[in-house]
Amino acid sequence: MSEPSATGRFGEFGGRFVPETLVPACQELEQAFRDAWDDPIFRGDLAAILEEYAGRPSIITECHQLGARLGIRLVLKREDLNHTGSHKINNVLGQTLLAKRMGKKRIVAETGAGQHGVASATAAALMGLECKVYMGAVDVERQALNVFRMRLLGAEVEAVHSGSRTLKDAVNEAMRDWVASVESTHYCLGSVMGPHPYPWMVRQFHRVIGDEAREQCRERFDADPDVVVACVGGGSNAIGIFSGFVDTAARLIGVEPAGGAAVGRGVPGVVHGMRSFLMQDEYGQVQEAHSISAGLDYPGVGPEHSYLASIGRAEYPTVTDAEVVDAFQLMARTEGIIPALECAHALAWIVRESGSLQGQTVLMNLSGRGDKDVAQMMEILS
Amino acid sequence: MLRLESALRARREAGGKILIPYVTGGLAGWQDAVRAATAAGSDAIEIGIPFSDPVMDGPVIQEASQRALDAGATPVSILNDVRRLDVDVPLVVMCYYNTVHHAGHERFAAQLSQAGIAGAIVPDLPLEEAGPWCEAADAAQVATVMLAAPTAPDDRLPRICGRARGFVYSVGLLGVTGERATLAGTATALAGRLKPLTDVPVVVGVGVSNADQAVEASRVADGVIQGAAVVRRLLESGADAVGDYLSEVRGALERHWPTR
Repeated sequence: MSEPSATGRFGEFGGRFVPETLVPACQELEQAFRDAWDDPIFRGDLAAILEEYAGRPSIITECHQLGARLGIRLVLKREDLNHTGSHKINNVLGQTLLAKRMGKKRIVAETGAGQHGVASATAAALMGLECKVYMGAVDVERQALNVFRMRLLGAEVEAVHSGSRTLKDAVNEAMRDWVASVESTHYCLGSVMGPHPYPWMVRQFHRVIGDEAREQCRERFDADPDVVVACVGGGSNAIGIFSGFVDTAARLIGVEPAGGAAVGRGVPGVVHGMRSFLMQDEYGQVQEAHSISAGLDYPGVGPEHSYLASIGRAEYPTVTDAEVVDAFQLMARTEGIIPALECAHALAWIVRESGSLQGQTVLMNLSGRGDKDVAQMMEILS
Repeated sequence: MLRLESALRARREAGGKILIPYVTGGLAGWQDAVRAATAAGSDAIEIGIPFSDPVMDGPVIQEASQRALDAGATPVSILNDVRRLDVDVPLVVMCYYNTVHHAGHERFAAQLSQAGIAGAIVPDLPLEEAGPWCEAADAAQVATVMLAAPTAPDDRLPRICGRARGFVYSVGLLGVTGERATLAGTATALAGRLKPLTDVPVVVGVGVSNADQAVEASRVADGVIQGAAVVRRLLESGADAVGDYLSEVRGALERHWPTR
């Protein structure tokens, strides 16, 4: 995958639509990231932390039972086995290491399901940074355990009561904090979204997923997969794994929830600093996303996904909550792996489309583990 | 020169200071508040077009925006109401960029022009992204006000001033809109950096919270914007309280800098 243009664009998507106060901070961050990314010492430090702290490389697992049942070779990239239980740690370790290098004392982060918040609180504890996490009041209720987890790790968690009180409002509140604290604070954005350089920077921190998976697949199967599948909210785990395969013949599939299909609806808009596909009404008011999974309840999508969709390189189908609930249970029973509800979206698409995938090798990014979702599933299934 | 800038320059040339209140469009009583603000001696009035995700706004204007949206306000309904206001000061819309983007640059500029709007402030459209909108606005005789922030390095400010039409919005502090106990030091510091760079009026907004702070900011700047202080009064007490408050601010400014 290539760098965005000088204005931070992937095709016609991306850019830097932020209040004037934040423009110098975004410029400074872009320069700091370029310098760090080109610096072998920074890259070495990051690689060491990813290995010794986060547990990289993550393995790949072939699902023999489920694969046989579906008539495909199903392979999982096991980001669920990372420290803190999801792919989010890749990005936060990169950003907090960068924040320290920039001399920042404090980070702020937004979170939906709590995975990025927990990862941020974890990295902040490790790096000795102050950490404040903004979380929609609705999500604070849905994910009480993760709220407690963040507080255990020393982070301050603030419930956001404005707007729809979910992830998009948590992003707004984190940006408001950053507008007021920009001199001492780094905004540790949790997905491949936001103003330039975030979509590009966060992708670079996650491309380790795809780079590893490509090598692992070639070593194990002596071939690239036919299809690479990941769920998409903002799209960080998907862009991470796509990065390793965009220049291969593999089909790239980003699965959105039916109630949060930003790409599916296909109307570009501008919010949270970027131009990308966005769920909005006829006057451009941003709409709320609704799905079974808090981590995918985001009305926008990272701009590079909009670009990949617009040039036809990646496809963005949707699945329903009911399909997701079935897929969640299917993976637990056939493979002994409880996936995050987010990842169950990717599996739901594979199950539905398996008839047309017969005999193919399908690589799915299992971007997080499902422990956080067990209480919710208990209610749904009772 | 567009009429927004000529109106503001007229106040300055007459020795007075510029007063620009902000009122959230679509909020109960907003049209009365605009009339009251006009009667209180405002030089221009900002009409906020409410947006679902107002990242530059603090709790008061967020609340006002949400109430207006809940009451069914849309950009179209507000601009229709603007045509019927019949006030004789220039009106400026304050809206987030997706409102502009969604309508389309040329179409939105034409809608503003047809409604008699003199200018536009788009707080999430910085210099580097503003080109296409500014061209459309220029063509429609709508003045695009540019914001300057305390974080801007010295080499950035002349470019902002060069692109500003109507006035330069000098952001008073690091933070979002809302009232503060004291005027931030950044307010006069930034206005002081801007004044030597431009002949376009420099007006301080964000965090100017009462008549005393308006006077303090105006010692350096050409005048002030009154946002959250106005909207809070409209939310709590109604349009009369807005008129009373703005008369008080105008009175304080006139005592120090009487308009000839």
